[in-house]
Amino acid sequence: MIEVENLTKQFGSKTAVDHLSFAVKPGEVLGFLGPNGAGKSTTMRMVTGFLPPTHGDARLCGISIVADPAAAKKKIGYLPESAPLYNDMTVGGFLGFCADVRGLAGTAKKEAVERAIETCFLDTVARQGIDTLSKGYRHRTCLAQALLHDPEILILDEPTDGLDPNQKHEVRQLIKRLGQTKAILFSTHILEEVEAACTRALIVDRGKIVADGTPAELIERSGTGSLHDLFRQVTTRDTEAAA
Amino acid sequence: MKHVWTLFKREVVSYFTHPIAYAVIVVFLFLSMLLAFTLGSFLDAQDASLTYSFFLFLPLVLMVLVPAVGMKLWTDEQRNGTIELLGTFPISTWSIIFGKFLAAAAVWLVALGLTFPIWLTVNWLGEPDNTAILCGYLGSFLVCCTFLAITLLVSAFTRDQVVCLVIAAAICIVLVLGTFDPFLRTWSKALPEGAVSAIRAVGVWDHFMSLARGLFRVQDFAWFASIITASLLGTSAILTAKRA
Repeated sequence: MIEVENLTKQFGSKTAVDHLSFAVKPGEVLGFLGPNGAGKSTTMRMVTGFLPPTHGDARLCGISIVADPAAAKKKIGYLPESAPLYNDMTVGGFLGFCADVRGLAGTAKKEAVERAIETCFLDTVARQGIDTLSKGYRHRTCLAQALLHDPEILILDEPTDGLDPNQKHEVRQLIKRLGQTKAILFSTHILEEVEAACTRALIVDRGKIVADGTPAELIERSGTGSLHDLFRQVTTRDTEAAA
Repeated sequence: MKHVWTLFKREVVSYFTHPIAYAVIVVFLFLSMLLAFTLGSFLDAQDASLTYSFFLFLPLVLMVLVPAVGMKLWTDEQRNGTIELLGTFPISTWSIIFGKFLAAAAVWLVALGLTFPIWLTVNWLGEPDNTAILCGYLGSFLVCCTFLAITLLVSAFTRDQVVCLVIAAAICIVLVLGTFDPFLRTWSKALPEGAVSAIRAVGVWDHFMSLARGLFRVQDFAWFASIITASLLGTSAILTAKRA
């Protein structure tokens, strides 16, 4: 499970994430919502150990990402925002490399790669060079590396960004299915996705939590029956922030 | 150690599945042989040692070509965003740095190894001191490793390969040409003799040529080791500072 306590990140004088605290239990899919620049990706980067927090901590299955990052990182599968990949490798080669890094070897490695390829529908491109893949396949390849070691925690930064409606539907179904046993934190701009895949949602604005609840609770709170309206009520627009 | 090997394999495969390693090796072989047969007077020198006909000119070629091999090591990771993947894998930054450094060094080991015909030729034509020649190859490899470590450090600063190549090559050129005797004598006329000796001691030539002549001196190994260590420590510090 994920326990975030007072997580704070400052870049110079700018506070990107401001004393954020929340928890995600196994079997829970937490949607992480907020306008651009609200601190969603920065939070995820701190929880996954890529960025060191200025203050606070995140505990992954009880292990602190600050005190013992190597052990904590073993518990996570992470899909970064732009789904970065090594363009000079094939899909199978890349997943094999990630399996090596995760300490998988022999039959366990072979089975893990095959399972990830099957789960993410990559069979037809397994031997193809990554530089020749469409955006949808690139996203799914990066998602496959996050699933390889069957982690207890999944952190997905905009997993459906840039996908066509069919691919979005497949990824949402996958998140829903995986969320039955794992703790999942995923960020999105698509509010419909919250209703479709999340058991709970957080809305963050300027690094702080401004709304927290189940999709039904948030819709009720809006007063109009629309998550879009609540989002507009509790978050700051770019133009307001600049002013 | 296992993670160093994993990263090493990935980088080596990346080098040899793309034209960059082949292009650099071919250009290196061509230029090193061209210099040996023209400026080095390989055929006329009546010298089987290779010190002044072959090794002497290698730093002039390596100062530009070595950064061309190392320039992609961190710039690509930063430009493609894969640094975020590496940063969230359960491996240490040092494993990644060593894996990348050793992979690029392996490319240069292959490049230097492929100059073996010149070694065979001097053995066929005369009776050279093969220990001294091996020592020359060791010196050349250490120069490659030193220039690679400097390039790795520069590549941690930027996501642009061209910027990395230009800056790393400029540093290597200063280290080579700044202390190359004919240049040093010209630009250091106004300096006292002690200062000139000190400048000579911080440059490549003094340390490389002692090895190329077959001399094992502790100060030469200390010079190579200290620049490589400092550059790799700097690389780790910059990567850490960039995330803070």
